[in-house]
Amino acid sequence: MKVHLKIWRQKNEKAKGRFETYTVDNVSEDSSFLEMFDILNEQLVAQDKEPIVFDHDCREGICGMCSMVINGVPHGPERETTVCQLHMRKFKDGDTIIVEPWRAGPFPVKKDLVVSREALDQIQQAGGYISVRTGAPQDANAVLIPKDTVEKAMDAAACIGCGACVAACPNASAMLFTAAKVSHLNYLPQGAPEKDRRTIAMVEKMDELGFGNCSNYGECQAVCPKGITLDFIAKMNRDYAVAKAKQLAAQGQ
Amino acid sequence: MNLDSKIPEGPISEKWSNFKFHAKLVNPSNRRKYHVIVVGSGLAGASAAASLAEQGYNISCFCYQDSPRRAHSIAAQGGINAAKNYQNDGDSIYRLFYDTVKGGDFRSREANVYRLAEVSVHIIDQCVAQGVPFAREYGGLLANRSFGGAQVSRTFYARGQTGQQLLLGAYSALERQIELGKVKMYTRREMLDLVKIDGSAKGIIVRNLLTGEIERYAADAVLLCTGGYGNVFYLSTNAQGCSVTAAYRCYKRGAGFANPCFTQIHPTCIPQHGDQQSKLTLMSESLRNDGRVWVPKKASDCAKKPSEIAEEDRDYYLERKYPSFGNLAPRDISSRAAKEACDDGRGVGPAVNGERRGVYLDFADAIQRDGLKTVKEKYGNLFDMYERITGENAYETPMRIYPASHYTMGGLWVDYTLESTIPGLFVLGEANFSDHGANRLGASALMQGLADGYYVIPYTLPNYLARVGAQKISTDRPEFADAEKNVRDQIKKLMSVKGTQSPRHFHMKLGKIMWEYCGMARSEESLKKALELIPQLRAEFWKDVKVVGEENTLNTELERAGRVADFLEFAEVMVRDALERRESCGAHFRIEHQTEDGEAKRNDAEYSYAAVWLYDGEGNPPKLLKEPITHDEVKPVVRSYK
Repeated sequence: MKVHLKIWRQKNEKAKGRFETYTVDNVSEDSSFLEMFDILNEQLVAQDKEPIVFDHDCREGICGMCSMVINGVPHGPERETTVCQLHMRKFKDGDTIIVEPWRAGPFPVKKDLVVSREALDQIQQAGGYISVRTGAPQDANAVLIPKDTVEKAMDAAACIGCGACVAACPNASAMLFTAAKVSHLNYLPQGAPEKDRRTIAMVEKMDELGFGNCSNYGECQAVCPKGITLDFIAKMNRDYAVAKAKQLAAQGQ
Repeated sequence: MNLDSKIPEGPISEKWSNFKFHAKLVNPSNRRKYHVIVVGSGLAGASAAASLAEQGYNISCFCYQDSPRRAHSIAAQGGINAAKNYQNDGDSIYRLFYDTVKGGDFRSREANVYRLAEVSVHIIDQCVAQGVPFAREYGGLLANRSFGGAQVSRTFYARGQTGQQLLLGAYSALERQIELGKVKMYTRREMLDLVKIDGSAKGIIVRNLLTGEIERYAADAVLLCTGGYGNVFYLSTNAQGCSVTAAYRCYKRGAGFANPCFTQIHPTCIPQHGDQQSKLTLMSESLRNDGRVWVPKKASDCAKKPSEIAEEDRDYYLERKYPSFGNLAPRDISSRAAKEACDDGRGVGPAVNGERRGVYLDFADAIQRDGLKTVKEKYGNLFDMYERITGENAYETPMRIYPASHYTMGGLWVDYTLESTIPGLFVLGEANFSDHGANRLGASALMQGLADGYYVIPYTLPNYLARVGAQKISTDRPEFADAEKNVRDQIKKLMSVKGTQSPRHFHMKLGKIMWEYCGMARSEESLKKALELIPQLRAEFWKDVKVVGEENTLNTELERAGRVADFLEFAEVMVRDALERRESCGAHFRIEHQTEDGEAKRNDAEYSYAAVWLYDGEGNPPKLLKEPITHDEVKPVVRSYK
């Protein structure tokens, strides 16, 4: 098949970007979207032009590195699918496809379609862990955890940290990401001792880094490749309210 | 140089305890004087960096991705083994040890494997304490499954994403230490050289992938946790950025490379769709617990729809050849059997370059027996993934699978303490050669990565550091300048060829050579052919490679060119190793060495050793050293799964 592409090109963080138009021919419909990009880049190299830089690594939908806004939708048209798992059979011969980087204040564009998502790591650093040293903790079966509880934690833990939720949100909110990280640990008994501290620290770090607030648009849930739902945001808000109330009470206010 | 494996004294079950007792320690208040470099942030790297930082050492950790959470450990699906015996089905540390030695076809070092089995039980405790959401039973206990040819249920799992959940556990511990200031994380950095001072590893040279700057970092020791080299085949299940570069450049600085020909081909991957393919996707082999593998009995049926092929015209070849293990036969055996069926002209699926390379993995019986709901619960995410990639619904029609390069048992040689032949250079996880012999069992890679990082290096590294003492190494030393110049020269050389073909073009060509002549089945003839073709391709590369763009910016062509240049040299070492090992063992199958019914024929009398290759200068063939592999515990037997 043949597709036309309008792709965002930007030399570096400070440069002004623009769309460039390309055509790729003889693409197999069994090829992935990124394989189509490989073909385009080989074409550019053959013409002595600089290839388009984009993030990708595992190409099996789990590392969270790939990040393209395709026709206005982060990760493109297929539900619960990362760009690397999107295949050309989802497009029609002759289509024009617009490809942009994640766009959000806290995700500066480094070059072409590559952005920095360091801010997500910083949210994790603020409290996305259980303080346990490597050593000899108690036996893994010492604390029984109901299957339903662990399944809920697992639903949250499925987040691959790609940042599509931020890119889709009109407010560039990182609430879905943060809620997934907070909920994963807050659901589990192991995470209970640090629950309040964790929730406050991660939410406040998210605000400090310039991510917006949640206004319940739900765009994040719609684009999440791992099907993380808004329920986790509700849980995080509840955990945050409780933690804050306890904090204020402890301060005698 | 002699290879001292430094295996501690005593009976096998007491060796690790003996080592720990006699190991030198570093006083808590002195630990902050030491600086350690960790290259790679997968299971081995992240767990090592976090654990050492918790002890009080200062760590610098490097990864080429934009975040340490993306390292390729994340892609492991099936699970992690541990000898917990929670299922009361006869498991023990000794049995896990025995299975691993046997599974590795008696080419791994017993003392290392025993230690691996011993610490496996602590890994699960550690991961649960970190909040890894392993699958559980209704009663709240941890669930297990049997995996990849094991006759006990010792595999712990978190849906189909065990690797991601374990990595998130190690990553969260790492992030905590970053917040505490004990780890400094350097992302988007690629290690391009090792710096040695007075013969010991004291630093690295990296390229900042965003800016192109060449940077120097010094430390008291270097931990290499950079994964395997499966991408030497171009098409593999590895991530796009996985390469041999860091390990190979250490090899060029004097680190021995052990058993490079031991490369695992995983049986359950989605077949190639055509020439534009950039990677092969693995589906967890847990699928083989319920799926039945078959091909048509007659080549003339291959173009038919599977539903049109009658039951009696199907050849369930694994069940036929290996009645006791059936569809769960180990990876090397299953892979080879699939290749044989396709070589026999009975492959299925669309033809690529005139050949059908695929076999069916059929769930019809499982769906009939257990119901669609149960099958969906167990494997839903894998069926979804299959549909996304192939556009086919595997609940209705059998999956098609074919083997692909997946894991490399070979790697830099290490002694019992994980130290390479370069003092101060320690190698962890897939990057080393130690524990899996000639073939790795399923769910053992995650176990080994975490064992090395959480439980081995925190004991063996202090033993080294205490001996050498803390040195404040300056990056102004001439050794750093030399190594930096070496890196800059290579980049300049790559940029200045200005030929006509892209780095990917050469990588694809190399992959074809390796897959065809040094893949699932190898012969004297095929390997000698590869030894002719690789140097030709390498010469062509240096004459005709084209690297567009500039060096002082994010330039993925330049990155790829450097990795391909190393693969082009490394491939030759790998082929030499395969040629020199005139026996079949584990994943290394030499067609001259097979039994009458086509099984691997080991030659313990002559080849019970680890082949360790040492770089001997440009243009010279590498030197071979041998570490004898002795079996004091497990008597080598013919590895039969019939």
